[in-house]
Amino acid sequence: MIEIIDLHKSFDGQEVLRGVNLKIEDKELIAIIGQSGGGKSVFLKHLIGLLKPDRGSIIIEGIDITKVRRKELDLVRQKFGVVFQGGALFDSLTVYDNIAFPLREKLMLHELKVRDRVEELLEDVGLSGIENKYPAEISGGMRKRVALARALVTEPKIVLFDEPTTGLDPILLHSIHDLIVETHRKYGFTGVIISHDIPEIFEVVDRVAFLYKGIIAEIGTPQEIQNSKNPVARQFLTGARNSLIKDL
Amino acid sequence: MKKYIINIGARVIQIIRTIGHMFIFLMNSIYFIFSPPFKYRLLLKQIYFIGNKSVVVIILIGSFTGMVLALQIFYTLRKFGSEAMLGPAVALSLIRELGPVLSALTVTGRAGSAITAEIGIMRITEQIDALISMALNPMKYLVVPNMVAAIIVFPLLTAIFDVIGIFGGYLIGVKLLGLSSGTYFSQMKQYIDIVDIEIGLYKSISFGLIVSWISCYKGYYTSYGAEGVSKATTESVVLSSILILIWDYFIGSLYL
Ligand SMILES: Nc1ncnc2c1ncn2[C@@H]1O[C@H](COP(=O)(O)OP(=O)(O)OP(=O)(O)O)[C@@H](O)[C@H]1O
Ligand SMILES: [Mg+2]
Repeated sequence: MIEIIDLHKSFDGQEVLRGVNLKIEDKELIAIIGQSGGGKSVFLKHLIGLLKPDRGSIIIEGIDITKVRRKELDLVRQKFGVVFQGGALFDSLTVYDNIAFPLREKLMLHELKVRDRVEELLEDVGLSGIENKYPAEISGGMRKRVALARALVTEPKIVLFDEPTTGLDPILLHSIHDLIVETHRKYGFTGVIISHDIPEIFEVVDRVAFLYKGIIAEIGTPQEIQNSKNPVARQFLTGARNSLIKDL
Repeated sequence: MKKYIINIGARVIQIIRTIGHMFIFLMNSIYFIFSPPFKYRLLLKQIYFIGNKSVVVIILIGSFTGMVLALQIFYTLRKFGSEAMLGPAVALSLIRELGPVLSALTVTGRAGSAITAEIGIMRITEQIDALISMALNPMKYLVVPNMVAAIIVFPLLTAIFDVIGIFGGYLIGVKLLGLSSGTYFSQMKQYIDIVDIEIGLYKSISFGLIVSWISCYKGYYTSYGAEGVSKATTESVVLSSILILIWDYFIGSLYL
């Protein structure tokens, strides 16, 4: 279980997170929605210790990762796979080597096992045949899928997705969502998915959290969120253009 | 008035902070150079990268430096009637001074800027974050190989520069100005000490450290956006060049 307690973070006086509280159950898929610039990526980076909070704790399987040293933090990080917003593929490595990278460097697997595993993942994300291309040579949608494969290749217990589908065409969007559902069924990870794709994401996740003004303003099943009485949540979901969100 | 003083104070504090930050970065890198696991393949790749990017320019600049040097020094020596000393004069200037400095400046412009840009892009595209989130140490992957490679490659490039420069001087002194080839080389043997070569070596090794340190630091802490990277690249070249010249003076004054 991941428990986030009263998480605060500001940058040069700009308060981005102002007391986020959230419990994420094992093996659930949870979506974080909210406005652009609302601090979703910042929140996600705290979960893996890329940013240190000003205040608050993040407890992952009993360990408060905001308080531990680098070595222990690295042990917790072993459990994670991360799909970054831009993919964050290594430019200097081919698609194959990108996916193989965590296996070789983290798990020190034998090259034969690496090959099996990478091929399996390429199959999973439907990209067999492009393993020798470089990230610069493939399309944005393909890059997202490679990033997905790289995050899943070590069979992590927790996977963080930062906008895995933003900017993709509807067909690709659904195929990536299907991919997340399928791999979730296959590997059984806990998944935190940041998404702007409303309502499509509601078909994927168990719960939805709405991050607004630095706190979780609303949380529940997709059904509950869609029927929410919370005016800001309502407005965000319908994309109405009146004044409620203007003061942000 | 008060505002000015506050501004100046704030700037000074900022500068001191940055310097401290840079030194901590350097110390960390040096620590990681000696702590396993060692990334030999990355090291080889960076040695190839730095060397390959610079060697042609080094040859070009080295030969012309030697030639110009010979012309200039010959002109001066003739006034004292001691043209025979052309060989040692050219060689000493190259080995002690111009070889290390000019090759360092050349590599800064070629490879140093490329290193900053590459690491900077990895920073802004979250590739560095990706490494950290895999529980891997980005310093080991990005900084250490560049530093060790630079420390190995700089003396080698400097040696090439020196040799080419001396032959450039030979071309001018012997083929053009009519000195005997025996004089050019035998005098050189007599007047160049091992100490001179050591100084050249120390200089080039420390320049390698300086250039890789600054290039990696500027890339690693680049600010966001493509602008951030281009700014970091410029700053890294300027700062490396200034530090090379200052450090050169410092070592030179130690070994007079
Ligand atoms: N490293 C940083 N330094 C300073 N400010 C930052 C940093 N990272 C994020 N911010 C600021 O924090 C705010 C939230 O950014 P964040 O990237 O988390 O938004 P987001 O919710 O992910 O938006 P989007 O949906 O567009 O990705 C922004 O105003 C941003 O400028
Ligand atoms: Mg974001």
